[in-house]
Amino acid sequence: MNKIVEKEQFSENVFKLVVEAPEVAVSRKAGHFVIIKLGDKGERIPLTIAGSDPERGTIDLVIQRVGVTSHKLTSLNVGDEITDLVGPLGKATHIENFGTVLAACGGVGTAPMLPIIEAMKKAGNKIITVLAARTKDLIILEEQIRKFSDEVIIMTDDGSYGNKGLVTKGMEDVISREKIDKSIVIGPAIMMKFAALTTKKYNIPTEASLNTIMVDGTGMCGACRITVGGKTKFVCVDGPEFDAHEVDFDEMLMRLAAYKEDEARAYEAYLNN
Amino acid sequence: MENITDYYKKERAQEWRAEIRKAVKVKERTSMERTKMPEQEPTVRNKNNLEVNLGLAEEIAVKEAQRCIDCPDPTCVKGCPVNIYIPKFIKKIEIGDFLGAATVLKETNTLPAVCGRVCPQEKQCEANCFYTIKLNKEPVAIGYLERFAADYERNSGKTAIPEVAEPNGIKVASIGSGPAGLAWAADMVKMGYDVTVFEALHEIGGVLKYGIPEFRLPNSIVDFEIDNLKKMGVKFVKNFVVGKTATIDDLRAKGFKAFFVGSGAGLPRFMGIPGENSIGIFSSNEYLTRVNLMNAAKEDYDTPVLLGKNVAVIGGGNTAMDSVRTAKRLGAERAMIIYRRSREEMPARLEEVHHALDEEVEFLNLNNPVEYIADNNGRVKKIRLQRMELGEPDESGRRRPVPIEGSEYEIEVDEVVVAVGVSPNPLIPATVAGLETTKWGTITVNENLQTSVEDIFAGGDIVRGGATVILAMGDGRKAATGMDKYLKEKIKK
Repeated sequence: MNKIVEKEQFSENVFKLVVEAPEVAVSRKAGHFVIIKLGDKGERIPLTIAGSDPERGTIDLVIQRVGVTSHKLTSLNVGDEITDLVGPLGKATHIENFGTVLAACGGVGTAPMLPIIEAMKKAGNKIITVLAARTKDLIILEEQIRKFSDEVIIMTDDGSYGNKGLVTKGMEDVISREKIDKSIVIGPAIMMKFAALTTKKYNIPTEASLNTIMVDGTGMCGACRITVGGKTKFVCVDGPEFDAHEVDFDEMLMRLAAYKEDEARAYEAYLNN
Repeated sequence: MENITDYYKKERAQEWRAEIRKAVKVKERTSMERTKMPEQEPTVRNKNNLEVNLGLAEEIAVKEAQRCIDCPDPTCVKGCPVNIYIPKFIKKIEIGDFLGAATVLKETNTLPAVCGRVCPQEKQCEANCFYTIKLNKEPVAIGYLERFAADYERNSGKTAIPEVAEPNGIKVASIGSGPAGLAWAADMVKMGYDVTVFEALHEIGGVLKYGIPEFRLPNSIVDFEIDNLKKMGVKFVKNFVVGKTATIDDLRAKGFKAFFVGSGAGLPRFMGIPGENSIGIFSSNEYLTRVNLMNAAKEDYDTPVLLGKNVAVIGGGNTAMDSVRTAKRLGAERAMIIYRRSREEMPARLEEVHHALDEEVEFLNLNNPVEYIADNNGRVKKIRLQRMELGEPDESGRRRPVPIEGSEYEIEVDEVVVAVGVSPNPLIPATVAGLETTKWGTITVNENLQTSVEDIFAGGDIVRGGATVILAMGDGRKAATGMDKYLKEKIKK
């Protein structure tokens, strides 16, 4: 059981929970995730760790309400407990001083990006972050992102905040202006696909952090498998970060939709209950 | 310890044993037919998740026990990986002391109710029974009797909790709570150690929970055995991945003096053929975990599982049988086994194959998938199969399957479960410096199951690469003996 000690609402559907998990808080590194499960009948879902406080023994989780489990989780309050939480899982981000790092985050992908740019910044990189979302309300963690970025470019699809346009436009502007040594892209699969295509044009080494369907999260089931460079990989143990130029995003998008109908039906039933 | 043969001799000479031997003539015993396990009707059970085998009634168990002639040289015991003292427990059943029989079982076997259900007795004790080797008759139903005694004890409410030695305060840990870890924990706690079992999942039991289906091994039975271990003082920590949540070094710093790695062969293998990542294609691990551990097929549970009308299961082992029989129970109209060799070469237990056949599972032997074809949404809709024939024997002694050129054809499927084996879980080897592994990724151990790192022992599938529950349990027990010896010698120094 892991107690929720803080809760914050970032936007209509995005919440931050600070959760007691003393061992995970100590052992986790940028890029790691946890698997949580609510109640005896809950499902196991992966969530990237957005930050931690080892002394307090807590980790930060940022959750977007999209279905039954994320809705249940974001409906919990301070003092409530998460039944099961295990981690840190996955491989930690490879951190080194690359030079200039272009971080592109879409929507709730900003949360897993935060610890990565923090570590990259500490390693001596210059960090330029493109923070993108559909609309102003969906831009999250701007203040924290600014703390570890040398420059932040905000992009909204509707132009309600920052510049109008997609994340790729913001990226192109930076790339055309200065030399980028490394790029990291995190967000919805479709956003990562196009962000990866953008950096590929300029041969910029790029990592994408993938969030696929998982069950156990320890390499046991293969639900999270994807194709990278023509080979099948497991996101939970081989990732979650991969060479974005080698990831078959179309296959990943397809596999993400495996339970779309079931999930939509279950969510509707849950909301009507 | 006294010589085991002398022990058997002495035990066998006890008055009650001699008396019961005399009670029925050997000829009379050997003229009796082996009892049949009562089962749920195939067409009923393939629509429910209840146990297939119903267990023996008391009077039937006693009769079956009478078939055992209580040999002076109990060859059956040699066939048992944990050397259960088989004649003694069977004779206890014959005299009606069912609780006594259970006590005999538990002297060497932590999980008799589990083993009585899932052990391949036909390859172990029963293969070495006097009836099998000398009389060429059907062996004493040792497995049925084991299950009977264990179930009797559980249902009696008078379960004996084995005696535990005075606590010695030495902290030891198992990594994994499957059959190897549980057997290890039972022995260590009996010797007085302070035992903690770490488990990565949210349930204790490992493959007994996520892998073996309810209709073969109900979870309630596994939980009962785990509760007994708790009563003996074993501590269980769930949701803890050793190597991630904390490393072995972290645990050493917390005072753990030795470790048993029983982390299993957790990684599913795929065949690497085109279309294998299509939607609706699962590893058997994923399929069984969703259904068994997560209860995905039940309405009020959150985990989903895709259901198929035409389900193909690739493989010929017990996991393949478990998967295909699960598919049938979840409503598949066609549930098929696709296996590249003939039925004789299938590694699955004969009982499982028969059960599957009775439950209207189809067997497509001498067929091998070469490609999967998906619909526009990416969901598998066809398998391209290639027919095979048997050639010369390979290194396993089985005739090698050889593809027949130009024999490819397609069948319609909407779900596929790939059950072609597993690889060792690399997590522990990857996070412990100096831990030697083989080229297959299994951990190297000596005869005491000690690894190249002296305070780490290992057993079960992480050493064997893929075996059975009982072999894993045998390893757990052997590692406990080895670890106890290691720790005692270390303290002396």
